[in-house]
Amino acid sequence: MKVGVVTFPGSLDDADARRAVRHAGHDAVALWHGDHDLKGVDAVLLPGGFSYGDYLRCGAIARFAPVMSEVVDAAKGGMPVLGICNGFQILCESHLLPGALIRNDHRKFGCLDQRLVIENNKTAWTNSYEAGQEVTIVLKNGEGSFVADEKTLDMLEAEGRVVARYVGNPNGSQRAIAGISNEAGNVVGLMPHPEHAIEDLCGPGSDGLGFFTSLS
Amino acid sequence: MSVARTALDTVAAASQDPDREQPWADLGLKADEYARIREILGRRPTSSELAMYSVMWSEHCSYKSTKVHLKQFSEIPQETPVGKMLAGIGENAGVIDVGQGYAVTFKVESHNHPSFVEPYQGAATGVGGIVRDILAMGARPVAVMDPLRFGPLDAPDTHRVLPGIVAGVGGYGNCLGLPNIGGEAVFDSTYLGNPLVNALCVGVLKHEDLHLAKASGVGNQVILYGARTGGDGIGGVSVLASETFDADGPAKRPSVQVGDPFMEKLLIECTLEIFAAGLVAGIQDLGGAGLSCATSELASAGDGGMHVELDRVPLRDSTLAPEEILMSESQERMMAVVEPADVDAFMAICEKWDVEAVVIGEVTDSGRLHIDWHGERVVDVPPRSVAHDGPTYNRPYARPDWQDALQADGAEALARPVTGDELRATVLTLAASPNLCDKSWITDQYDRYVLGNTVLAQPSDSGMIRIEEETNLGVAVSTDCNGRFAKLDPYAGAQLALAESYRNVATGGAKPLAISDCLNFGSPEDPDVMWQFAEACRGLKDGCLELGIPVTGGNVSLYNQTGETAILPTPVVAVLGVIEDVTKRTPTGFQAEGEVVFLLGETREELSGSEWAHVVHGHLGGTPPTVDLAGEKALAELLAAGVGMLTSAHDVSEGGLAQTLVESTLRHDIGVVTTLSGDAFTALFSESAGRVVVTVDSGDADALRTLASDHGVVATPIGVTAGGALVVDGQFEIPLAELRAAWSATLPAALGS
Repeated sequence: MKVGVVTFPGSLDDADARRAVRHAGHDAVALWHGDHDLKGVDAVLLPGGFSYGDYLRCGAIARFAPVMSEVVDAAKGGMPVLGICNGFQILCESHLLPGALIRNDHRKFGCLDQRLVIENNKTAWTNSYEAGQEVTIVLKNGEGSFVADEKTLDMLEAEGRVVARYVGNPNGSQRAIAGISNEAGNVVGLMPHPEHAIEDLCGPGSDGLGFFTSLS
Repeated sequence: MSVARTALDTVAAASQDPDREQPWADLGLKADEYARIREILGRRPTSSELAMYSVMWSEHCSYKSTKVHLKQFSEIPQETPVGKMLAGIGENAGVIDVGQGYAVTFKVESHNHPSFVEPYQGAATGVGGIVRDILAMGARPVAVMDPLRFGPLDAPDTHRVLPGIVAGVGGYGNCLGLPNIGGEAVFDSTYLGNPLVNALCVGVLKHEDLHLAKASGVGNQVILYGARTGGDGIGGVSVLASETFDADGPAKRPSVQVGDPFMEKLLIECTLEIFAAGLVAGIQDLGGAGLSCATSELASAGDGGMHVELDRVPLRDSTLAPEEILMSESQERMMAVVEPADVDAFMAICEKWDVEAVVIGEVTDSGRLHIDWHGERVVDVPPRSVAHDGPTYNRPYARPDWQDALQADGAEALARPVTGDELRATVLTLAASPNLCDKSWITDQYDRYVLGNTVLAQPSDSGMIRIEEETNLGVAVSTDCNGRFAKLDPYAGAQLALAESYRNVATGGAKPLAISDCLNFGSPEDPDVMWQFAEACRGLKDGCLELGIPVTGGNVSLYNQTGETAILPTPVVAVLGVIEDVTKRTPTGFQAEGEVVFLLGETREELSGSEWAHVVHGHLGGTPPTVDLAGEKALAELLAAGVGMLTSAHDVSEGGLAQTLVESTLRHDIGVVTTLSGDAFTALFSESAGRVVVTVDSGDADALRTLASDHGVVATPIGVTAGGALVVDGQFEIPLAELRAAWSATLPAALGS
């Protein structure tokens, strides 16, 4: 598959995301925030970082980037879209996913090897995992605490749209939610960074690779 | 610092009004320095010229008190064990060949005083400044490290300073996307009013991509790009970095710069794209002394002339005067020298990255640095006189009269734990002490994974980065210094810092190649301090000569003191090494049960200056551990030869063997049963240098013995990895859960979780 990775000004994990895509056997295509062009890719990844410095609110400016109008249309058309960390924040700001990410409850940036449970293995990005599988994936952010109103949280739970949940709760996320999907399951937002867990050498193992091998 | 807003002072006015009173003293200049400026120019300086000289002749920029000592580093052969140095002292950062066509540049710098005044921004811009130094060499920055030193953990001001500094280091580095792979956090009362924030950056480049800071080629355009210039950081190097804090003086917060890491990230990507397109003839970052430094250094190192139209500089505050623009240390700015035909392409890349860029001048053959302000000449100076021919002081220095008494007061007389229970309690007390406890409260605030090439990071002995994915070529870096040892004997203390950093790099399996240093000391006007500085430099030079590794550059930070009390002399040494294949690195900490544990190196009774004497007795006196650099070299060679056989390795330093065992067991919760010969207290807590704890599969024990004997290193089997406790046979047993609780509770308890 051809997997596009968008670079916004301030994206940091874009090269890492392209590396993870290649490790999973796909072609990585660099996409530029300023182009109205998805270059014919089959899936899109919005990587981590601090797009536009995240000075206003995380992801709030990136959602207006030219490339996002194509991403939103493609997502609504069923194309797999994964937002990691800042990418998750951008997906929420773009209203492709409900809820928001706010400052961690401990009010610090945190970089941890985090245990997660993959609860929904039916999405475009998690079908390589077993339902209920525990994995260790890097979590690193300052604004990773997932919030939504009770009704939305109940809906996400009822519809099986909680894709991954923290073991413990490292940042005060409501119901320890680490990642969610849209109704169709093609759009997934995930706070932890699976692209940093694709090889034993440079991460806490290779548990994250499944997010990229799930694409087919 | 405010500059009086009077009528524009021009070169013409300086001739017509030769006797005007000038605020040279307020700008940090001495009377004889001011006289010398008048002599160089043959007239009084304009206020803009005075501003330039004041910042460029500051201690921070000119090294005027230290260059007589630093020059001995040039006597060390300018080559590493694997090749030539491609750029050395005097460039923005030293560059060394690491093979396969790759070169690495690294440097450590201080940002101490700004970080005390405004911890978050001071620390943040310290990271930003060193990253731009590395970028200016043509390298992609790939990792940072931060050696930090604070006052006592229980002091109220530490609770202001430490969280701000850590958040600043993290806030800036994380947002730049650079992994923070190591560093130090050390607590001592002498740092209470003067914390140390040193920042290191490593960059990687291909040999052919090396860029030097010089303005050559008459007619080439001088482009200023990056952030706009504002009123922040005016006089940062002169008023702030080169004076001692004075409780009664004016607030110095306006002299601290404010950072914007997002702009720096754009600047990095933009600059690397400009390098790749081959559009740069010379480049310089703007850090300390801002435009004064960049213009004069580029011109001085190049063809000797430059013309600048200062009113073209994009400003954040349109009311800034030329003097302020020249002194501003606004962050995230670079200056490039570009051939006229390449300017359009240069501008196009800047526009792509939303980076503002303006041609502000050109290279000339006038031999002068000419700066105009709206058509009127405000600066007309020989650039070399500003950048390179600053004053040199032979400051008086002498061995302090208290040094003998300090050295006579050794730790031998202190009461020692004797029984197994007392030894056990001492292990726990030390493990929980601020200097030895778990530092993850700090390091978890740093992104260590970004870029996806981090092979080792804190709490490993060194940070290790893969620089080539196809071949797995990598580099390792460590920074170290024990200021207490340096206080007891600055010559030996500097060598011990060198030895520890060298050993830490070797412990991971890398071959040490070169050093950078950050020499943090008190006031050079105090002969005691100047002696410490001179001794430390001499120690480093002799040490590097013996180890066969060059000094690639570094930084000096003086006036680190509170009132009359100087900080512990703190010559932080950063050693960089290369490893051919990072997949073969030796990890830190026990990896599996049933492995044989060896202590490499010899333990002597060396407790003066130790962590035990400090924590248990609040004592500092005696002479530091023996330095044996030939032994360190043999040990490093053994560790490199043992790659693949050694299943883990961890150096023995602060806290002695006891602390090494604590950290090795807690890394993966694998216990150890050890048998110690001789006096158990000395075996556990002596801080003899040149020692590493390693493990091997039981089948490899004889091979390790042979390897050690081939290298002339003593290898003593001290036990096996097993169970869930740290056991010293016949003395005590500490379950790992209890050990972890003691080790990990200290920082969260003091600083809040």
